[in-house]
Amino acid sequence: MNWRETLRTAFEAVHAHRMRSILTMLGIVIGIASVILTVGFGQGARQEVQDEINSLGSNLLIVSPGSSTDDSGTRGGFGSATTLTLADANAIADSDVVPDAVSVAPVTSTSLSVVAGDTNWTTTVMGTTTSWLDVRTRTLASGRWFTDSEAENGSKVVVLGSDTASELFSGQSPVGQTVTINGTTLTVIGVLDSSGSSSSGTSEDDMAVMPLSTEAALTGSTSSAVSTIYVECADADVLSAAYQEIDTLLLTRHDIASGDDADFSIATQDSLVDTASSTNETLSVLLTGVAAISLLVGGIGVMNIMLVSVTERIREIGLRKALGATPRVIGQQFLAEASILGLAGGLIGIGIGVIGSWILPLIIDQPVTLSFLATAGALGVSLALGVGFGVYPASRAARLTPIDALRSE
Amino acid sequence: MTEVRTAKPIIELEGIRKTYTSGSITFEALRGVDTSVAEGEYVAVIGPSGSGKSTLMNILGCLDNPTEGSYVLAGEDVASMTETQLAEVRNKRIGFVFQQFHLLAAQSAWRNVELPLVYAGVPKAERKERAIAALTKVGLGERVENKPGELSGGQQQRVAVARALVTEPAMILADEPTGNLDSRSTDDVLGLLDDLHGAGRTIVLITHEDEVAARAQRNLVIRDGLIVTDTPVVRGVSA
Repeated sequence: MNWRETLRTAFEAVHAHRMRSILTMLGIVIGIASVILTVGFGQGARQEVQDEINSLGSNLLIVSPGSSTDDSGTRGGFGSATTLTLADANAIADSDVVPDAVSVAPVTSTSLSVVAGDTNWTTTVMGTTTSWLDVRTRTLASGRWFTDSEAENGSKVVVLGSDTASELFSGQSPVGQTVTINGTTLTVIGVLDSSGSSSSGTSEDDMAVMPLSTEAALTGSTSSAVSTIYVECADADVLSAAYQEIDTLLLTRHDIASGDDADFSIATQDSLVDTASSTNETLSVLLTGVAAISLLVGGIGVMNIMLVSVTERIREIGLRKALGATPRVIGQQFLAEASILGLAGGLIGIGIGVIGSWILPLIIDQPVTLSFLATAGALGVSLALGVGFGVYPASRAARLTPIDALRSE
Repeated sequence: MTEVRTAKPIIELEGIRKTYTSGSITFEALRGVDTSVAEGEYVAVIGPSGSGKSTLMNILGCLDNPTEGSYVLAGEDVASMTETQLAEVRNKRIGFVFQQFHLLAAQSAWRNVELPLVYAGVPKAERKERAIAALTKVGLGERVENKPGELSGGQQQRVAVARALVTEPAMILADEPTGNLDSRSTDDVLGLLDDLHGAGRTIVLITHEDEVAARAQRNLVIRDGLIVTDTPVVRGVSA
C-alpha cells in the first residue's frame, strides 16, 4: 500500500467522522490562532515603537551628558551632569571634524510654568537653534518657526507644542497671543504639528520651544551647558561613522583617555527601539508561552481522540488486518489521520489568525503584524503535534491482533 | 469423493496444539489436530461452542499462530510466521467471509470489495475492474455503488463473498456465514458457495448448524480440541 492510498484512507476516515474531527482540531485551531495573534501583537507593538522613534528623525544621533565624577569621587547618573556645552555642539557642527553630521541642534530644557491669561500650565521649556525643526523632522501646524536673527537677538518669541497650545488657549488660535514664563512675556509665533508620540513619559507635543539665548535670559542661566545635542546624519549608513567621529571628538575635547570613562553617551535609533520594545517583548513572550501551552493541550486532545478512535474502530482495524494490512500499514494509517487532523487544525488556525489580525486592531487599537516565520512555524508545529501525539495511538492500533479486533463487539 | 480426497492438498495440519495462558491457568483449546484439505474441496467444520472450533478457524485463517505443530498452506509453512508475513499470506491465500459481514459502512460495495487488492498493491484502475467483476459474479453487478446500509443482509454477505473472491485466494474461509441471515438469505449465500465450489474453489466453512454443514462435501466434527469424526457427506440423504 503506497502513501497515496494511506493518505486517501486517512482522509476518508477523518471525513467519515466530521464532527469529531472538527472538535479534535479545535484545540490546535485555538492554539495556532493564538500563537499567530500574540506573535503578531508583539511584532505590531514593536513596529509601532519603531515608527514612533523613527518619527523623531530618521538619521538621528542623540548625545546626552553622561555621569560625571566630582572631586570627592561621587558619580552622578547618566544625564545628571552638565558636561555637554554649546561649544561641544558647535564643534560637532564643524564639517571638517564630523563630516558625516549634516545638522546639529543643541537643546537646553527646564520644566517651567507657562501662563496665558489666567491659565497656568507647567511644561518643558526648551532653548535650541533654528536647525531643531529639521533635525527633529517636525512641522508647524500654524504660524512660523523662529528666524536666525531672532535666535541671535534673543527675541521674546516662543513656539508651542500642540498639546501645550490647546491646554493654554483651549481651541483659540495661539499665534499672536502672549504667554508669560518666569515673569518674561513672549509672543507665540507658531504651533507644532502633533508628533503623535511620546517617549520615556514626556510628550513630544507638550513643550515650549524658543531660541537658546531667549531661554538663557528667561532662566537667568549663565552656564553654557546643554541637556541634549541632536545630530542629524546624511543617511542611516553613515550613522556609525558619525557616532565614531562624535565619540572621538568629545573624548578629546573633554580630555578623557578611555571611552569607558566618557562623561556623555550617544544613542542611536536602534538602541532606543530596543529599550522601548523590551517591555513589550516580555509581554509577548509571556503570551506566546500561554499560546504554546494551549497548543500542547490541543495536541494531547488529538492523542486522546485518536486513542478513542482506535478503540471505537477496533473491528475495522481487525478487518483490515484480516484482509492483509500489515501492522505497519495500520500504524501509518492512524499516524496519517492524526497528521491530517493536526495539519488541518493548523491551517484553520492560521486562517482565523489572519482574519483576527485584521479585526483585532479595530477593537483594541493595537497594530497586529502577521509574521511569515510565525505562520510557517505554526504550520510546522501543528503537523509535528499531529505526528507526535499520533504515534502512541497508531502503535496501539498496529499492535492489535486481528482476532481480538474482529471479535470485539 | 475419493478422487477429490487424493488430490493435491492445499491445507496440511499436523499435531496442531493451541494453549492459552491466563495468569496461572492454562487452557488447551486444540490438543493435536491432524487433517488435510485437498484443492477444490468443500469442508465444513462443526462443533459446539467451546469445542476449539473458533481457535481452529483462527489458525486456518492465519489470524493466530499455533502453539505447536505445523501448518502448510498452499505449500508454505505458516505456523511460525511473523504477524507481517501472516498478513501477506492472508491477503494472497485466504478469502474471509464473516458472520457479521464486516463491511465498511461508509464505503460503496465496490470499494469494500477492492480493499484486499489495495493491501496487495494492485493499481487503482485494475482494482475497480476486478472488484466489479467479483460483484457481478455474486449477482450484484447492478449494486456496485451502493453502500452496505442500502443493501439487504443477504446482499451484504454477497458483497463479503465478492471481497473474499477478488484476490483469487487458495481458500475461502467462511466463519458462520449464515449466522446473521434469515432462511431465504441463508439459501442464497449457501447457493453461492455451492456455485463457487462447482467452479473449483476450496471452501472451509465453520458452522454449528447441521443443515448448513450438509451442503459441504465433507464434515469435520471437533470436540474438546480434537477432531472426532471426519465423514464425507452423502448428498440427498442428510439434507
